[in-house]
Amino acid sequence: MKLQVRYFASLREALGPAETVEIGAPATVGALRDQLVARGGRHAEALARARALRCALDRALVDESAELADGAEVAFFPPVTGG
Amino acid sequence: MAARVRIGAEDFDVPAELARLRAGDGGVGALACFVGTVREQGEAAAIRGMELEHYPGMTEQAIEAMIDEAMRRFDIRAARVVHRVGVLAPGEQIVLVAVASAHRGAAFQACEFLIDYLKTQAPFWKKEHTAHGAHWVDARSADDAALARWGIEARNA
Repeated sequence: MKLQVRYFASLREALGPAETVEIGAPATVGALRDQLVARGGRHAEALARARALRCALDRALVDESAELADGAEVAFFPPVTGG
Repeated sequence: MAARVRIGAEDFDVPAELARLRAGDGGVGALACFVGTVREQGEAAAIRGMELEHYPGMTEQAIEAMIDEAMRRFDIRAARVVHRVGVLAPGEQIVLVAVASAHRGAAFQACEFLIDYLKTQAPFWKKEHTAHGAHWVDARSADDAALARWGIEARNA
Protein backbone atom coordinates (compact mmCIF):
# COMPACT_ATOMS: atom_id res chain seq x y z
CA MET A 1 0.00 0.00 0.00
CA LYS A 2 1.00 3.57 -0.60
CA LEU A 3 1.21 6.14 2.19
CA GLN A 4 1.86 9.84 2.44
CA VAL A 5 4.43 10.39 5.20
CA ARG A 6 4.87 13.86 6.68
CA TYR A 7 7.52 15.26 9.01
CA PHE A 8 7.49 18.33 11.23
CA ALA A 9 9.95 20.52 13.16
CA SER A 10 13.41 18.91 13.55
CA LEU A 11 12.32 15.87 11.51
CA ARG A 12 11.20 18.10 8.65
CA GLU A 13 14.59 19.82 8.71
CA ALA A 14 16.34 16.43 8.50
CA LEU A 15 14.07 14.58 6.06
CA GLY A 16 12.04 17.18 4.17
CA PRO A 17 8.32 17.91 4.60
CA ALA A 18 6.81 14.79 3.04
CA GLU A 19 7.38 11.69 0.96
CA THR A 20 5.38 8.83 -0.52
CA VAL A 21 6.27 5.45 0.95
CA GLU A 22 5.24 1.91 -0.08
CA ILE A 23 4.82 -0.77 2.56
CA GLY A 24 3.34 -4.28 2.44
CA ALA A 25 -0.06 -4.74 4.09
CA PRO A 26 -0.90 -5.31 6.86
CA ALA A 27 1.38 -2.93 8.72
CA THR A 28 1.35 -0.64 11.74
CA VAL A 29 2.75 2.86 12.22
CA GLY A 30 5.61 1.24 14.17
CA ALA A 31 6.41 -1.09 11.26
CA LEU A 32 6.52 1.92 8.95
CA ARG A 33 8.96 3.64 11.32
CA ASP A 34 11.14 0.50 11.35
CA GLN A 35 11.11 0.33 7.55
CA LEU A 36 12.18 3.98 7.32
CA VAL A 37 14.94 3.45 9.91
CA ALA A 38 16.18 0.44 7.91
CA ARG A 39 16.97 2.78 5.01
CA GLY A 40 19.89 4.03 7.09
CA GLY A 41 21.46 7.48 6.75
CA ARG A 42 19.38 10.48 7.78
CA HIS A 43 16.23 8.40 8.23
CA ALA A 44 17.97 6.04 10.67
CA GLU A 45 19.20 9.00 12.67
CA ALA A 46 16.04 11.12 12.67
CA LEU A 47 13.63 8.25 13.41
CA ALA A 48 15.96 6.23 15.68
CA ARG A 49 14.22 4.19 18.36
CA ALA A 50 16.23 6.00 21.02
CA ARG A 51 14.40 9.23 20.17
CA ALA A 52 11.04 10.02 21.71
CA LEU A 53 8.78 10.79 18.76
CA ARG A 54 5.06 11.13 18.39
CA CYS A 55 2.98 10.04 15.45
CA ALA A 56 -0.34 10.83 13.85
CA LEU A 57 -2.50 8.77 11.50
CA ASP A 58 -4.88 10.72 9.28
CA ARG A 59 -4.35 13.75 11.50
CA ALA A 60 -5.12 12.15 14.85
CA LEU A 61 -2.50 11.28 17.47
CA VAL A 62 -1.97 7.53 17.66
CA ASP A 63 0.51 5.12 19.16
CA GLU A 64 2.67 2.92 17.00
CA SER A 65 0.32 -0.05 17.17
CA ALA A 66 -2.19 1.80 14.92
CA GLU A 67 -2.96 -0.14 11.71
CA LEU A 68 -2.26 1.54 8.39
CA ALA A 69 -4.62 1.60 5.41
CA ASP A 70 -3.80 2.33 1.79
CA GLY A 71 -3.69 6.07 1.09
CA ALA A 72 -3.29 7.01 4.75
CA GLU A 73 -1.44 10.12 5.88
CA VAL A 74 1.10 9.33 8.58
CA ALA A 75 3.13 11.98 10.40
CA PHE A 76 6.19 11.72 12.64
CA PHE A 77 7.28 14.59 14.84
CA PRO A 78 9.04 15.47 18.10
CA PRO A 79 7.08 16.06 21.33
CA VAL A 80 4.88 19.11 20.88
CA THR A 81 5.75 22.47 22.42
CA GLY A 82 2.96 24.91 21.63
CA GLY A 83 1.01 27.24 23.87
CA MET B 1 -20.85 33.05 15.81
CA ALA B 2 -17.09 33.30 15.27
CA ALA B 3 -15.05 30.14 14.66
CA ARG B 4 -13.88 28.51 17.89
CA VAL B 5 -10.31 28.01 16.71
CA ARG B 6 -8.05 30.30 14.71
CA ILE B 7 -4.45 29.54 13.77
CA GLY B 8 -2.54 32.18 11.86
CA ALA B 9 0.32 34.63 11.70
CA GLU B 10 -1.70 37.70 12.70
CA ASP B 11 -1.84 39.07 16.25
CA PHE B 12 -5.05 39.06 18.31
CA ASP B 13 -6.85 41.74 20.31
CA VAL B 14 -7.78 40.29 23.73
CA PRO B 15 -10.62 42.72 24.62
CA ALA B 16 -12.14 42.30 21.16
CA GLU B 17 -11.95 38.50 21.41
CA LEU B 18 -13.58 38.54 24.85
CA ALA B 19 -16.33 40.88 23.65
CA ARG B 20 -17.04 38.55 20.72
CA LEU B 21 -17.11 35.50 22.97
CA ARG B 22 -19.97 36.80 25.10
CA ALA B 23 -21.81 38.84 22.45
CA GLY B 24 -25.49 37.94 22.25
CA ASP B 25 -25.44 35.60 25.27
CA GLY B 26 -27.15 37.18 28.26
CA GLY B 27 -26.39 34.11 30.37
CA VAL B 28 -22.68 34.88 30.52
CA GLY B 29 -21.54 36.17 33.88
CA ALA B 30 -17.85 35.23 33.79
CA LEU B 31 -15.00 35.43 31.32
CA ALA B 32 -11.61 33.85 31.94
CA CYS B 33 -8.65 33.98 29.63
CA PHE B 34 -5.05 32.87 29.37
CA VAL B 35 -2.52 34.66 27.18
CA GLY B 36 0.88 33.10 26.48
CA THR B 37 3.67 35.43 25.36
CA VAL B 38 7.23 35.10 24.05
CA ARG B 39 9.70 35.42 26.96
CA GLU B 40 12.52 37.88 26.52
CA GLN B 41 14.91 35.79 28.59
CA GLY B 42 15.33 32.08 27.99
CA GLU B 43 17.02 29.61 30.34
CA ALA B 44 20.46 30.14 28.83
CA ALA B 45 20.36 33.29 26.74
CA ALA B 46 18.29 36.28 25.68
CA ILE B 47 15.70 35.31 23.10
CA ARG B 48 15.80 37.21 19.83
CA GLY B 49 12.77 35.56 18.34
CA MET B 50 10.51 32.55 18.33
CA GLU B 51 9.48 30.50 15.34
CA LEU B 52 6.26 28.51 15.57
CA GLU B 53 5.40 25.62 13.28
CA HIS B 54 2.17 23.61 13.20
CA TYR B 55 0.46 20.78 11.32
CA PRO B 56 -2.21 22.57 9.26
CA GLY B 57 -5.53 20.79 9.43
CA MET B 58 -4.59 18.52 12.31
CA THR B 59 -3.95 21.37 14.75
CA GLU B 60 -7.39 22.91 14.21
CA GLN B 61 -9.07 19.50 14.46
CA ALA B 62 -7.20 18.65 17.68
CA ILE B 63 -8.14 21.92 19.39
CA GLU B 64 -11.79 21.63 18.26
CA ALA B 65 -11.88 18.23 19.98
CA MET B 66 -10.34 19.75 23.14
CA ILE B 67 -13.05 22.43 23.20
CA ASP B 68 -15.72 19.72 22.79
CA GLU B 69 -14.18 17.93 25.78
CA ALA B 70 -14.11 21.17 27.83
CA MET B 71 -17.81 21.75 27.03
CA ARG B 72 -18.58 18.22 28.27
CA ARG B 73 -16.56 18.55 31.47
CA PHE B 74 -17.42 22.05 32.59
CA ASP B 75 -20.55 24.15 32.72
CA ILE B 76 -19.35 26.73 30.19
CA ARG B 77 -21.19 28.58 27.45
CA ALA B 78 -18.44 29.28 24.89
CA ALA B 79 -14.70 28.90 24.38
CA ARG B 80 -12.23 30.14 21.84
CA VAL B 81 -8.57 29.45 21.10
CA VAL B 82 -6.33 31.66 18.96
CA HIS B 83 -2.78 30.49 18.32
CA ARG B 84 -0.16 32.26 16.26
CA VAL B 85 2.39 30.64 13.98
CA GLY B 86 5.40 31.99 12.08
CA VAL B 87 8.11 34.25 13.47
CA LEU B 88 7.37 36.18 16.68
CA ALA B 89 9.47 38.78 18.52
CA PRO B 90 10.13 38.79 22.29
CA GLY B 91 7.11 40.12 24.16
CA GLU B 92 4.63 39.21 21.44
CA GLN B 93 1.44 37.29 22.16
CA ILE B 94 1.46 33.60 21.16
CA VAL B 95 -1.78 32.06 22.33
CA LEU B 96 -5.18 33.04 23.70
CA VAL B 97 -7.56 30.69 25.48
CA ALA B 98 -10.84 32.38 26.40
CA VAL B 99 -13.86 30.87 28.12
CA ALA B 100 -17.31 32.26 28.94
CA SER B 101 -19.62 30.79 31.58
CA ALA B 102 -22.38 31.77 33.96
CA HIS B 103 -20.13 31.67 37.05
CA ARG B 104 -16.38 32.05 37.53
CA GLY B 105 -15.47 28.56 38.74
CA ALA B 106 -16.22 26.77 35.49
CA ALA B 107 -14.55 29.51 33.41
CA PHE B 108 -11.29 29.34 35.41
CA GLN B 109 -11.22 25.55 35.34
CA ALA B 110 -12.04 25.17 31.65
CA CYS B 111 -9.45 27.78 30.73
CA GLU B 112 -6.72 25.95 32.63
CA PHE B 113 -7.88 22.59 31.27
CA LEU B 114 -7.70 23.88 27.69
CA ILE B 115 -4.20 25.34 27.94
CA ASP B 116 -2.93 22.23 29.78
CA TYR B 117 -4.44 20.05 27.06
CA LEU B 118 -3.14 22.18 24.20
CA LYS B 119 0.41 22.27 25.59
CA THR B 120 0.95 18.52 25.22
CA GLN B 121 -1.57 17.38 22.57
CA ALA B 122 -1.79 20.07 19.88
CA PRO B 123 0.79 19.79 17.10
CA PHE B 124 2.83 22.98 17.47
CA TRP B 125 6.61 23.26 17.75
CA LYS B 126 8.66 26.21 18.96
CA LYS B 127 12.14 27.13 17.81
CA GLU B 128 14.02 29.75 19.83
CA HIS B 129 16.51 32.08 18.22
CA THR B 130 19.25 33.41 20.52
CA ALA B 131 22.68 35.00 20.08
CA HIS B 132 24.11 31.46 20.21
CA GLY B 133 21.94 30.19 17.36
CA ALA B 134 18.55 28.56 16.98
CA HIS B 135 17.25 25.45 18.75
CA TRP B 136 13.99 23.53 19.01
CA VAL B 137 12.43 23.93 22.44
CA ASP B 138 12.28 20.72 24.52
CA ALA B 139 8.94 19.49 25.82
CA ARG B 140 8.60 19.76 29.61
CA SER B 141 7.52 16.89 31.81
CA ALA B 142 5.83 19.51 34.03
CA ASP B 143 3.36 20.04 31.18
CA ASP B 144 2.59 16.31 31.10
CA ALA B 145 2.04 16.45 34.88
CA ALA B 146 -0.33 19.41 34.45
CA LEU B 147 -2.54 17.39 32.10
CA ALA B 148 -2.41 14.35 34.39
CA ARG B 149 -4.23 16.41 37.05
CA TRP B 150 -7.26 16.30 34.73
CA GLY B 151 -7.05 12.53 34.48
CA ILE B 152 -5.51 12.50 30.99
CA GLU B 153 -2.19 10.83 30.26
CA ALA B 154 -0.11 13.18 28.09
CA ARG B 155 2.76 10.91 26.98
CA ASN B 156 4.48 13.88 25.34
CA ALA B 157 7.72 14.89 27.08
